[in-house]
Amino acid sequence: MSDKILYGYSAIFDKPDDIIKAAKTVAEHGYKKYDVNTPYPIHGMNNAMKLKPSKLGYISLIVGLSGALAAILTMWWMSAVDYPIVYGGKPFFSFPAYIPVVFEVTVLSASIATVLAMLFIFFKFPNNSHPLQGTEYLKKVSSDKYGIIILADDEKYNENEVKNLFQSLNASELEPIYWDNDEINHKHKIFEPKFILFLVVVAILNSGAVYFVYNKLLFMVPFNWMMEQERQNVQQKSLIFSDGFGMRTPVEGTIARGHLPYQFYGKPDLAGEKLINPIPVSKSSLKLGQEKYDTYCSPCHDYHGTGQSRLNGQFPNPPSLHSEKLRSWSDGRIFAVITEGQNVMPSYSTQLTEDERWAVINYIRVLQRAMNAKESDIK
Amino acid sequence: MSAVDYSHEISVVEGKPALRELDDLIIKPLETKPNKNFLIALSITLGMLGFFVIGLGLTFYYGIGMWGNNNPVGWAFDIVNFVFWVGIGHAGTLISAILFLFRQKWRTGIARFAEGMTIFAVMTAALFPLIHIGRFWLPLYLMPYPNQHSLWVNFTSPLLWDVFAVSTYFTVSLIFWYVGLIPDFAILREKTENKIKKTIYSIFSLGWRFSNRHWQHYEMVYLILAGFATPLVLSVHTIVSFDFAVSILPGWHTTIFPPYFVAGAVFSGFAMVQNVLIIVRKIFHYEHIITLDTLEKMNKIMLLTGSLVGYAYGMEFFIAWYSGNPIEQFTFINRAFGPYAWAYWIMLTCNVVSPQLFWFKKIRRSIPIMFIVAVFVNVGMWFERFVIVVTSLANDFLPSSWAYYKPTYVDFMILIGSFGFFFTFILLFTKALPVVSMAEVKAVVDGAQPSHHDH
Ligand code: HEC
Repeated sequence: MSDKILYGYSAIFDKPDDIIKAAKTVAEHGYKKYDVNTPYPIHGMNNAMKLKPSKLGYISLIVGLSGALAAILTMWWMSAVDYPIVYGGKPFFSFPAYIPVVFEVTVLSASIATVLAMLFIFFKFPNNSHPLQGTEYLKKVSSDKYGIIILADDEKYNENEVKNLFQSLNASELEPIYWDNDEINHKHKIFEPKFILFLVVVAILNSGAVYFVYNKLLFMVPFNWMMEQERQNVQQKSLIFSDGFGMRTPVEGTIARGHLPYQFYGKPDLAGEKLINPIPVSKSSLKLGQEKYDTYCSPCHDYHGTGQSRLNGQFPNPPSLHSEKLRSWSDGRIFAVITEGQNVMPSYSTQLTEDERWAVINYIRVLQRAMNAKESDIK
Repeated sequence: MSAVDYSHEISVVEGKPALRELDDLIIKPLETKPNKNFLIALSITLGMLGFFVIGLGLTFYYGIGMWGNNNPVGWAFDIVNFVFWVGIGHAGTLISAILFLFRQKWRTGIARFAEGMTIFAVMTAALFPLIHIGRFWLPLYLMPYPNQHSLWVNFTSPLLWDVFAVSTYFTVSLIFWYVGLIPDFAILREKTENKIKKTIYSIFSLGWRFSNRHWQHYEMVYLILAGFATPLVLSVHTIVSFDFAVSILPGWHTTIFPPYFVAGAVFSGFAMVQNVLIIVRKIFHYEHIITLDTLEKMNKIMLLTGSLVGYAYGMEFFIAWYSGNPIEQFTFINRAFGPYAWAYWIMLTCNVVSPQLFWFKKIRRSIPIMFIVAVFVNVGMWFERFVIVVTSLANDFLPSSWAYYKPTYVDFMILIGSFGFFFTFILLFTKALPVVSMAEVKAVVDGAQPSHHDH
């Protein structure tokens, strides 16, 4: 026994009134390091022990407010900075709609932080190696007795005085409590081989499972059904239509949008008279026209319509698009050339939709104007 | 009967049981082998759980086309069940947090159990949005996490608020529950002789040693958590109601929804807690801990919330008429007399008429009758959600798109299965953990607190 270190001296009481009185007396005698253990909180004990009010409320306040702020900032960054999207005509940062999430995050962060702070900072839990653990004393106070203990490292500690004090308070049982030598001498090692092995096994199993799920499982039936759906490909035999054709001809007597048949084959002059450019000159139409011209016309006609292009010599040189003739042609007349082709120039009706052809014509007009600028055009 | 003595607080625990006896009584189900009744009950709930597994299996394999959902009625049993179960979950936090703040001592006997029910009910509820999204293995998209699409979630959508509300509610309820359990784990640790059990209890009790320097912080944390959980529980069903109220569908687009949903949630939650507690107190002989007085008080709360719900039903009709909006008016007349009139009248009888019986003290204190009334309330509250979700969708603005919703056998399997899921957890809970908080109940027994209050 003598080689054990004393932790404190404990006394057991049977009545809640007695324990309050005991706590009060011990506090009045000037003991600082003592504790009262009861199966449930006793009213008035905080006053008897002269405990200061708990400071845990501040943790809730600080963490809760930080959580709220973090939630607001995160939502602002995500929906107003990083990837702004308009939802329902609301501003990118629409605070009223964020209130529910801010509230939930506040409550969540504050609750978790308060409890964690209580358990791990205030109580220094988990602590199953405390000297009180496993004692008869703790067994009794967990059920229906009320205990008080004065610790041996209190400045005023004197075994006989403490004993007398408890006896004068009508304690029903007295008992010294010692540190457990095994617990004191036990060294906690983090890098025990068993623990390391455990970590390795967990790591392997975990990464294996993740690999399997994301690279194999999600490509198996039925997870792949969304990705690999039955569909009709071009030129494939159809299983639905009786004639076996996957591609269908339009219903008789109908014309697809933008595919009105051209009425002026072989009559370019008539086309020049009748056709009117429906596309107004605008920034976007000119941009489209430039893009299409540079792609389809510039190889022969050059970027500026001079006819001296990068194909020079490998193909009959086309005439300049700035000729007197061309400048006097109507838009419809040029449209006829693009649609039908002219002599060695092929037709571009399959490459360019009608609207695109008109846009190219608008762009040619810009080129012509630029090459033959009038005095009044220069500012 | 003698006159009531108001000078003395009536004890919430009947008789004056010794503290040690209370411990033993509450621990008994944990220490004894399950008896025959328990095993029969467990096999029934496991059977129901089997339906759940099959129903979900069919859904996962073939997709949600297995359900009866059709084009206008895209939300049906899945969302009805979700709202129903989340509602059930509201009683627990109400009992443990709001009644705690109001210093209602009678809550101690039932708080632990009700909190447990909250957790299981929210777990059940959370499954439904998951399966509703069809590809349940991709729920991560509900969370704002950095992904390869560099897209974020829509923070202005009530459906997203719901994700935050339900997951916060679940987490905070779980923490609340665990904090309440720590001292009880310590009691179990001190009591048990079994080595394995002792290890488990030691881990979960974290080394709690009943120190008053700890109780002081502990009580503060309990107060803080109760303070957080109170607005939280109100916010959760409010946000669930936003799922409907923020849309423009007639029958959903009403401002009365948040309070009306919260009242309904408490109503159905109390009915479910009352039903289960009546069985528990009988089986485990807790009649003097979960007293008739407690049950009567629960019935009074049901009467109050049931009347609130009835008022809301009436007010919806009044506003539909008063608004002068013909579509709104049609929706409500269609509810009461249209193709789903049968559901509407079941709801009205169960929810509005049956709780009114609780005006009579005899009925409030008669266990068989209150049990039946609470069953009716549960049925009625399920139908309330059905009426709200399905009738509004089935007959919306465009008559050309109207359709009648009919659930399939898979829908019913999942519905029955969700009850199996919930009750299996409840049964296991009664055998694994103390269903009454020992530390709290001991504190409210007569004579447990010092007699003189000289502070
Ligand atoms: C393969 C080279 C080539 C391409 C590409 C080409 N052209 Fe031509 N284009 C010619 C040649 C060659 C002529 C002269 C044809 C002839 O002998 O009448 C010509 C003639 C024309 C003329 C009539 C000029 C005139 O004075 O009679 C116009 C207008 C014209 N092209 C516009 C276009 C437009 C617009 C494009 C783009 C959609 C285009 N061309 C693409 C080779 C080309």
